[in-house]
Amino acid sequence: MKKIFGVLLISLLAACASQTTQPTPEVEDKSIGTQPGMGSGATTGEAAPSLNPLTDPNNILSKRSVYFDFDSYVVKDEYRSLVQAHAQYLRDNGNARVLLQGNADERGSREYNLALGQRRADAVKHAMTLSGAKESQVESVSLGEEKPRATGHDESSWAENRRTDIRYQGE
Amino acid sequence: MQIRSPEFFPYVLVLFLWLIGTPAHAALDIEIFGGGATQIPIAIVPFAAEEKLSQGITPVVAADLQRSGLFRMVDPAGLAPHEPVEVVYSEWINRGANALVIGSTTALPGGQVAVRVRLLDVAKQVQLASYTETVPAGQLRAAAHRIADLIYEKLTGDAGVFSTRIAYVVKEGKKYSLQVADADGFNAQPVIEYTEPIISPVWSPDGKQLAYVSFENKKPVVYVQTLATRTRKAVANFRGSNSAPAWSPDGKRLAVVLSLMGGSQIFLINADGSGLQRFTQSSGIDTEPSFSPDGQSIIFTSDRGGSPQIYRMQITGRPSGTAERLTFEGSYNVSPDYSRDGKSFTFIHRNGDKFNVATQDLATRQVQLLTDSKFDESPSFAPNGRIILYATEVKGRGILSAVSSDGRTRQQLSTQAGDVREPAWGPLPRLQ
Repeated sequence: MKKIFGVLLISLLAACASQTTQPTPEVEDKSIGTQPGMGSGATTGEAAPSLNPLTDPNNILSKRSVYFDFDSYVVKDEYRSLVQAHAQYLRDNGNARVLLQGNADERGSREYNLALGQRRADAVKHAMTLSGAKESQVESVSLGEEKPRATGHDESSWAENRRTDIRYQGE
Repeated sequence: MQIRSPEFFPYVLVLFLWLIGTPAHAALDIEIFGGGATQIPIAIVPFAAEEKLSQGITPVVAADLQRSGLFRMVDPAGLAPHEPVEVVYSEWINRGANALVIGSTTALPGGQVAVRVRLLDVAKQVQLASYTETVPAGQLRAAAHRIADLIYEKLTGDAGVFSTRIAYVVKEGKKYSLQVADADGFNAQPVIEYTEPIISPVWSPDGKQLAYVSFENKKPVVYVQTLATRTRKAVANFRGSNSAPAWSPDGKRLAVVLSLMGGSQIFLINADGSGLQRFTQSSGIDTEPSFSPDGQSIIFTSDRGGSPQIYRMQITGRPSGTAERLTFEGSYNVSPDYSRDGKSFTFIHRNGDKFNVATQDLATRQVQLLTDSKFDESPSFAPNGRIILYATEVKGRGILSAVSSDGRTRQQLSTQAGDVREPAWGPLPRLQ
């Protein structure tokens, strides 16, 4: 199965290189291993074969943020299925790679928040590897409070910024 | 995990690095609030001929002393002695002055200026100190700060910190600038500027170098930069995150926080980047190390007990020592900085929904809250232990503030534009 996969991948890459019909919605993908459509047939039977499961808004894989409570790096139950779906995608797509970026809200110490962001990324990584992703497919880094997505100074902005983002290689 | 290939970061981000030659930006503006319980009334007479200089001396001296909160200025209007023989003590007693400063300046050939100062005790009618210095005209502010240090030291018994420098980060738009300025906010000079975050600057004990964390390579890396030459070296650039540098008192080593072996743990490393050695060993977050002045122990923030608290651990050379928990009040105590006398430390304490500057006495364990603002960060002791410089927020803008260690006097330092943050107070110049 793996071998066939590899062959498929190469042919898809070739197709991509010659700029044929492969749809690449929204994302400019110059990398290997995460070609659109690769995982859809294998992992999510109900998705249309031409849609990239990673960006199909109806697919859980298009959801990329895991949110945390203040000063916490516990992955809450409501994000378990999301993390597991990404882990399964990684397991089924051995060439796929993700970067997990942990973030913290602006309150408190920048250095502690940097460490907290690392723990939030590590926590998602841990959950992913427990669910079948390979260690080598997942890198966790922290942006601390330095790259806020929401720039307000209120609880809704802080809640938005307490999160780990899942970014696939090439995105 | 071996996936730090260049392809992993396909998005190209252009980083701008200006190696700067021009003194940029206006100086920090200063506002003072409150005052000490007992202020020393002092009269400072404008020095003879100082109005002809490019930079007056007595206004700088007066501003320095006023900022400390320990002095009250007595107006010398109508009286202008420059020599002890010209002083009529009864006139100064009538005005309520306890101390009197007089002096003269003489412009010399070659752009030099001779400055002569005398500090007089009005009640005892004696000279407490005299000081003579010849400086280039361009260094008159520095001379004035030395005079303020002398007066402060004679009258309070503590070392003056007016000749010291501070470092801080200014964020303006997308630009981050690490700057160094005099303690009064003048002579601000950019050290390095990037379009990626810069955090956690700290001074080497000799004041010649800064260690800091830059995200210019898309992740935190610890650099040490020599101020005079602008040369710099990445001293901690390991896999994962590198941050929170602290200097050992002898300047030979740094404590840094690495995610190299999982989590965020404290390591010791030589100032040249060699000899990496693990210091803490916990399953939680250990960060924000600060050396004791004797170099024997490190205080740091750790969540090993379930919430971030301050701990102390001896440097034994063995991989894992026993950490002693120091803070017990509240569920969030972070960012410790040891006082230079080793008797206390300052830190940020979460107080309800506020984050405030506090100090804790190491012997009595007594905690004192010094501020009542909303978002205080990064407290840094002045080398004489009398003032704590920290970052705070006013109307959504980041500014620096300084509070006296008794909490009575505060001052705000802000720039015309942008957010100021991550302050670090440099060492006394005589140690350089």
